[in-house]
Parts: sequence; structure tokens; C-alpha cells
Amino acid sequence: MTEGLEALIRRQPLFDDLSEADLKHLAGCARNVKFDAGEIFVRHGEEADRSFLVRAGRVGLVVHGRDIAETAEEGDLVGWSWLFPPYRWHFDAKALTAVRAIELDGACLRAKCESDPRFGFEIAKRFLYQAHRRLEHTRLRAMDVYKGPLT
Amino acid sequence: MHNPRTILSHSDLGTLFATLHAEGRHTIGPTVRDGAIVYDRLIGPDDLPTGVVDEQAPGRYRLRHEGTRRFSWSVGPQSFKRWLHPPELRLFRATRTERGFAVEKPEAPPPLALIGARACELAAMAIQDRVFLGDVVDPHYASRRRDLFIVAVQCDRAASTCFCPSMGSGPRVSRGYDLSLTEVVDEAGHRFVVEIGSEAGRALAAKLPLHAATTDADAPERASAEAEAQIARRMPTDGLREKLLGAVASSNWDDVASRCIGCANCTLVCPTCFCTTVDDVTTLDGTHERVRRWDSCFHPDFSYLHGAGPVRSSVGARYRQWLTHKLATWHDQFGTSGCVGCGRCVAWCPAGIDIVAEAERLAEDA
Amino acid sequence: MNDPWVPTPMTVREVVRETADTVTLTLDTSASPFAFAPGQFNMVYLFGQGEVPISISGHADRPDELVHTIRGVGPVTRPMLDLVPGDVLGIRGPFGTAWPVEEARGTDVIVVAGGIGLAPLRPMIYHLLANRRDYARIVLIYGARQPDQMLFVDELHHWRGRFDLTVEVTVDQGTEDWFGPVGVVTRSLARARFDADDATVVTCGPEVMMRFVVHEAVRMGVPQDRIWASMERNMKCAIGLCGHCQWGPDFVCKQGPVYRWDHIAHRFAEKEL
Repeated sequence: MTEGLEALIRRQPLFDDLSEADLKHLAGCARNVKFDAGEIFVRHGEEADRSFLVRAGRVGLVVHGRDIAETAEEGDLVGWSWLFPPYRWHFDAKALTAVRAIELDGACLRAKCESDPRFGFEIAKRFLYQAHRRLEHTRLRAMDVYKGPLT
Repeated sequence: MHNPRTILSHSDLGTLFATLHAEGRHTIGPTVRDGAIVYDRLIGPDDLPTGVVDEQAPGRYRLRHEGTRRFSWSVGPQSFKRWLHPPELRLFRATRTERGFAVEKPEAPPPLALIGARACELAAMAIQDRVFLGDVVDPHYASRRRDLFIVAVQCDRAASTCFCPSMGSGPRVSRGYDLSLTEVVDEAGHRFVVEIGSEAGRALAAKLPLHAATTDADAPERASAEAEAQIARRMPTDGLREKLLGAVASSNWDDVASRCIGCANCTLVCPTCFCTTVDDVTTLDGTHERVRRWDSCFHPDFSYLHGAGPVRSSVGARYRQWLTHKLATWHDQFGTSGCVGCGRCVAWCPAGIDIVAEAERLAEDA
Repeated sequence: MNDPWVPTPMTVREVVRETADTVTLTLDTSASPFAFAPGQFNMVYLFGQGEVPISISGHADRPDELVHTIRGVGPVTRPMLDLVPGDVLGIRGPFGTAWPVEEARGTDVIVVAGGIGLAPLRPMIYHLLANRRDYARIVLIYGARQPDQMLFVDELHHWRGRFDLTVEVTVDQGTEDWFGPVGVVTRSLARARFDADDATVVTCGPEVMMRFVVHEAVRMGVPQDRIWASMERNMKCAIGLCGHCQWGPDFVCKQGPVYRWDHIAHRFAEKEL
């Protein structure tokens, strides 16, 4: 089972260059999860103790109200609040379709990262990259570029 | 072409006008109005300036009386551009029909004769020829230009704002004219040395009461030398295009912007600036007219984009566009500089901004 | 002499309302066939109101009709939303440069459109599909502000149903009934599968969007000389005489609107040029 997880994680570009040992280490904190369409599996304000690496389907992130602020699809990492106190979700995550994902246990990962800073940096780099891309996209979106016409 | 120089007596200037009128031409030339020399339709020689000279400096233009000469001034705020590329021109008139509209084009204007065109005016005309008679021909410019008769005049005096020698455009008129006049006033009288520049010029000269030039034959060269000796201003043309293109990020643009008020005077007095906009006017009877008007890259709306606003929102960016276009990218577009060194933009800038000084500073920067 | 300032009247044959503020007008050119290349634009004149540059959004293989997709935002284009078949518009054109349909042959073609930028790219898409065998993968990525502001929705559905074309539609702001991706086009581009070193990227949309698209494409390994973008500038004449659309040494109406990226990258980076 654990070995299958490693292959599934390896298939995602974010982790495809992780060393065998690190991948195994990471997989030790992982498990397969499935959500039905419409299921809200992360709720704003609740304890953030997990991350999700989406394998299939579409996840909607709802920051406030009912509208979807952004979606996450295959290869995207959802949730990094487990890294920072007070470890609380600041969005809702809703399965817009049936979703398959790899759930990473926050406490487990945190402990491994703390005890092995080299491994910790490998993991942190990947989370940071996701955050960096998300920030880039958010900046572009903040400009509301389509408000003007283009003929 | 063998071109013996001849003499037109000052008292026979009227015959020149009458001969041009007899060909059905309107005569356009200099006249004094509102304290400046402007180009307008003239009835006869009485409309020409008499004993008027100009004094020019950055941000300054004054006329004063001196002598009896007709052409002993340099350039006024207008150029002949306005007669070939009018400030306002109806592109077409449209009237509503049952389901759509019908278009009516404007009538062709009468043929013109320009009187008193200086070397810089002719150089500017040659530049506008490249703009309007290139791969796309502007029919309005073309129809005015085609039938033009040009009576040039040799400068014998320069303003402090003149810098035509460094632009290679003057002061001597050497081509692009039909007849040229060099004014001579001495004990022997008031007269013009006439040079012939074209077949049309030769044909017209044949109808004028000309007599042989003897001692005056070198008057055109002497006048040009006299004018050129008065010109100290020099555009640093060496590698200027490359230097300006390299100065896109220069802090000098901000410096100019702190002085420039964005009034667009420089573009309006420039004899080569060609930018226009269009206005759509509907009259009470439902007729619609599309009118082309001079525009200026100094207007914020010039580069306006819906949803994005003006591309060049700062004065510095607009000045950079004007100067860089005039002295650099004009070469890319039309194979020539857009500047003829007439100095109008220097004199008529209310802030006294001097294109030569700015170009020098930017070139040093690069 | 043919007067390049005077429009030719043409009759509206069909009106399709795309969104609340956008219509597609089909003009009848059966009497006098109208030839153009994908990416080119026309000056469109509305009697009594004025004239605006509008890119051609129809099929270049159909010279008997001329199609424009117009967003009603100004004094000239807003009344165009109310036109009905039988009304008459004035046309001058076609003007400007075209999409690289020849240069793209044999490569993967990635079409990235934003907002109304899909309109000038539609003739390119028509060409790619009409000559499907000349191209390898075709990917269309389309971003809009909101689901209800998307153009050509029926056509997008139809294209998405094809086996020989990948279509990804994304919006900046999701709504409750939107189940597609929410995010910027660059996110969709980054996920798209194609051979970056043998791809052609064509993009049209707001300048900021195009800048990010090019940035992403280059990051993915697409050479700069395989990327084309369509620029927008103020245009009054479209024949290089009014001076408004100048961009460095270019008149965008003549040397543009479609540019190869390596020719304009340095200029694109300059502010207020």
C-alpha cells in the first residue's frame, strides 16, 4: 500500500525529482483519500492538520461567501496552514467533482521536517513553490485584466 | 538645364502675382497679422510684409521694423504645412438613405502657388511627401501637392533659433522649387535675382518682365553665406538616432517634464508633424461629416485605450515620444530625420525648451 | 483615386448577442467578396457616431461574409449593440499583420486568449481546424472574467467535444453554477501538455495577461521567436497617417497588430512607450 502511494506521489510534477529516500519518508505521512462531488472536506476556522495533493477531479477553494476563489486540479497542493501556528484553515475546500487526493498528515510531516532539516527544506521548497505560483496568479488576477475591452 | 539668372524688379512683383492668378492659382504667402508673420492667401504684393524683421530666442518671437525688405525675416509660427495638410479637413460627408448612408467626397481645392518658401520649408515638404505619398497615399495631400507652384526665397538673415545647416536643409534653396527669389536692396534699387528650378518655373518666367542679371548673379550665394554666418545653433546629429534610442530610460525626460507644460505648441508649429485625429460632426439636417484635425502626441488622449487609459500618461513620456520620433524613429519610418532645423518649436515653446539643448543632453547621457 | 479614408457601406446580415455587452455582427459581402488573413482588423464606421478598429472574427475561407465581434464600451461601439439585420455599417480594411498560420505548420499550436481577445484569434482557430492535418497538437486556453462574459460559448462546447483539439476554459471569478477551473490563463497554460521546443504560441488579450502568458511559455521552454502576440493601440486611420498607434518605430496598424515576440520583447518592457 505504501509503495503504491510512493508511485502516485512520484507521478506529480511537484515531487517527481524527490530522492527515493525522501519520497519514502514523505509517503510515511500520506494516505489516499476520496471525496464525493459537493463534499466540503476543509472548513474555515477548523484545525488545519493536513495537506491534499490533488490526483484527479476539481477542488474549489472558497475564501468567503459562496463563490469559488480558485480551483485546484491534478498536481496542485491544497493547504499549508498546518505549517504555521495557529494551524487553522482560512478557507473552505469543496469537491466540485469527485476528487481523488493524497492526504499528507501535518503533524507527521512537521515532526519529520523538524528532526531532519534537509528533508524539511526539500518539502518546504515544494510548498513554497506552490505558494509562489499561487501568489503570482493572485497578483495577476488582482489586476482584473479583463475589465477593459480589447478589440 | 541651363539656368541664366535674371532680375525681377521689385515694382514688377505684382506681375508675378497676376501671372500666377491667370493660371487659376491662389497665391499663398507671408503677411503680418497679430504681431507675427503668417502664411495666408494674398491678393498682391501689398499683402507682403514690408520692412519687417523678426527677433527670436527660446520662448520669444518679436517683429520690429527695419528697412524696406519684403523677406528679411526667418520663419513665423506657421509653415506651409497648413496649405498642403490643412489643420481641419472634411474627409467625407455622409447622408442617410433608406437603410444606410451615402458618402460624398470633398471637392478638390484650387491649385496653389506658394510664395516665399524658404529652404527649411522645402525640406519639410520633402519630408511630408515621404509621409503622405508613401505606400499609402493621402489623396488630400496628393491633390494639393500635385499642382503646386513654388516661389522660393533665399534667406539672407537667420534667427537665433535657426539650425538648418546642421540638419542639412539650408539655408540655401537648391532644389524642390519652381522659381526662387533673392532679394537685393542697394543704391541701384530694390530687386530680386530669379533662379529657375523647373520646367514649370521656366514657363512662368517666360511670362515675366525679367532682365539679365549682371553684377547680381552671385547674390543667392552671398545671401546664403550671410545667413549661414549668423547661425550658431547646431543639432548634434552624429549617431543621434542610436543615442536617443538608447536614452529611453534617461532621467532627462523627467527633467524636461518638470519644465514642459504639455501645451502641444511645438507640434503645431512644426512643419513636419503630421498627426491627426478625426471628429464626427452631425448637423441639424442629419448630415454627417467626418473631419480630420491636427492632433498632438502631447495630448493625454492621443494614446488613450478604452479600459486602460492613456498609454503615455506622463508628460515625460509624451515629450520622449515627440523628440524620439522627430529625431530617431522618423529615420526608421521615412528614411530621414523629421527635423529641418527651422527652430519654430524653440521659439514658440512657452517654457523656452530648446530641442537642440535637450538632444545634446540626451546624447551626452547615452 | 481610391480614397483610403472613405468607408464602404455594408449591410448587417446577422446579429448574435454574445454577452450582455458584446455582439457578433455578420456583414453581407456576397456582392463584393472580402478577403483577409486571420489576425487582421477593419475600421468600422457607424453613421453619425464615428469609426473604431475592430478585429475580424470570422472565417477567412468565407469571403461572402465579414464578421466582427464588438464590445460596446464607447460612444461608437455602444450603439452597435442595438444594430439589427438590414442596418448598414461602413468598412475600411483589412489592415495589419496576421497570425503565423504558415510558420506554425507542423508544430503544436497553443492559442491563449483572454476576454474579447478570443475574437481576433477565432479566424486563426478556424484556419487550424480547416487545415487540421498541417498541425500537431492544438490547445486552446481561454480566460474570461466571469462565466457569463465568455464569447462563442456554443462554439467552445463544440470544440471541446472534438477529439483533435484540447480546450481549457478558465475564469477569474467563479460563480455558483460554474464547475470549471477558476484561475488565470497562465495557470492553465502551465498545466497544458505540449512539446515546448516544437510549439507555436499565439496570444491575444490585455497586455498584462499577454506578458504573463509569454513569461510562462518561455519558462516552459518555448523559444521567444515561436510566440506571437497581438497589440492594441489607439488608432484613428489604420493607414499609418494619423500617428496615434506609434510604438517605437512602428505604426501598430501597419507593422502590427500581430507581432513575433522576439521583435518586441525589449519594447514591451518599456513603460509608456
